[in-house]
This record gives sequence, structure tokens and C-alpha cells, in this order.
Amino acid sequence: MEIFRNNGMLEISEIDPFLAELLRQIPVSTNPESVPAAEQRLFSSPAGPDEKELCAEWKVYVEPELRRLFRTATETVESDLRQLGENGKPFANSTLRIPQENSEAWLNALNQARLAIAAKYDFTEAELCDHYRSPIGSRRDLSLFQVNFYGFLQEFILREMECSAPSMPDE
Amino acid sequence: MQLFSEIINGIETPVIAEETETKEALDLPWNVIVHNDPVNLMSYVTMVFQKVFGYPKEKAEMHMLEVHRKGQSILWSGVRERAELFVQQLHGYLLLATIERTG
Repeated sequence: MEIFRNNGMLEISEIDPFLAELLRQIPVSTNPESVPAAEQRLFSSPAGPDEKELCAEWKVYVEPELRRLFRTATETVESDLRQLGENGKPFANSTLRIPQENSEAWLNALNQARLAIAAKYDFTEAELCDHYRSPIGSRRDLSLFQVNFYGFLQEFILREMECSAPSMPDE
Repeated sequence: MQLFSEIINGIETPVIAEETETKEALDLPWNVIVHNDPVNLMSYVTMVFQKVFGYPKEKAEMHMLEVHRKGQSILWSGVRERAELFVQQLHGYLLLATIERTG
């Protein structure tokens, strides 16, 4: 797999079928439904238990906005991912081009997916930092690989955003 | 018969005390706190702090490291409305953030 910037797009080429499948899994992985731990993580409390009124208002007014925001990001990613099935050859390597204006949506959707998967499997900090883990031998291992692969993509997108940003506040 | 000044003083004293109390309650600053999360990338958290608070990279990194090492960092203190808005933005970026009264 190769990643580079090309004509204002992030281009990921030579994606093998396994990684292409992991990419296709992003939208479905963002869905926290039926996993209370994931739901709790994506929609965490804005205040401590003493602030009952604030938390209640948040549920009514802010949470629907957050759900809308997350759904929009996921839909953008879903739309970009349609490129992966375009060549019609199931075992061929693919190329994915992400328009620069979709970078934030990708960061958000990848983060949703990573957090939801990590909450579902209750990964520890040690597991998440274990880069010398043995090959994938279980669904849990695969999910950990998925979290790390999505993290790698996030790192790349962030680096590209930083390179192309006009100017962030400087000291 | 009471002197006018005594009456005024008598009236003014409790009013001032009450006003001061109300003002203090309204002005009581709220903290925006970000809590540690092993999943979010350090570079991502730094970028979010820069975007949401407009902090320079060095300051954003300092807060990110404080979150990472100490478990949390106070990113901003001030009036409740603005603090709530910051927390809302941080949740939009999926960070673990809370608003808390100071003191």
C-alpha cells in the first residue's frame, strides 16, 4: 500500500483486498448500536453526576446534533469508499482517492470507528501500545489490528492536513 | 429619630451584600476539562486543541501531554455558556471532555 498526495487529493494506492475490506468496514464500525460501552464512549457525559440539569439538557439539545455530525462524516466516508468496488475485480488491488475537503470527515469517522471498536473489546492501554503483537489469531486480534490501521490512516491524514494548512496560530 | 445617613446605611448594607453574592454566583468560572483516553492519538488531540481553542501548537501539545501524563488537563476557564460551547465542540471531535464548576 502506498499513500501520497496527488492533485489536492490523498491517494492510497495498491490497497490489497484485505485492507480494502477493512476500509469498507469503517462505516459499519462507527455504529455503536447494541454495544452500550461504545454508545457510552461516543456520547459521553458532559459533566459530573452532580450536574443533573446540565446533563439532561445536553441529552435533549446537544446529543442529536452530535449524532447528526457523526452521521454526516460517516456518509462522506461511505461515499468515498464506493471507489473501492469500481474496478469489478474482487481480488485486485485498489486505489482510493480522498478529496482534501473530506479530510475532517475521514478523521472523524475513523475516530468513531476506533473508539467504538476499542470500547466493544475493552482494549487496555497496553494492548493498544503493543506493536509487537503476534499475528492475527482471533476476532479480538483482528479488531485490534483494525484500530491500529485506522490510527495509521489518521496519522497520515493529520500530517497531510498540517502540511497543507495555510497557518495555524503560532507562538 | 434616625439620621438619614443611618437609614441609608441600614438599607444599603444588606442590598450590597446580596448583590455581591449574586454577582459571585454568576461570575463563578467553569472549567473545561479534557480527560485521558488511550485510543485518541496524541497528534489528533493536539490538532483539536489548536482548532477549538486557537492555541499555538506548543501550548496545545503541553495540554495534550498533561492529559496523557496526569489523566486530565484544564483547557479553559470562564463563563458557563462559553465553556459549554467548548465542551460541545470537543465532543464533536470525540474527546472526553467535561465542564465543572470551580471551587
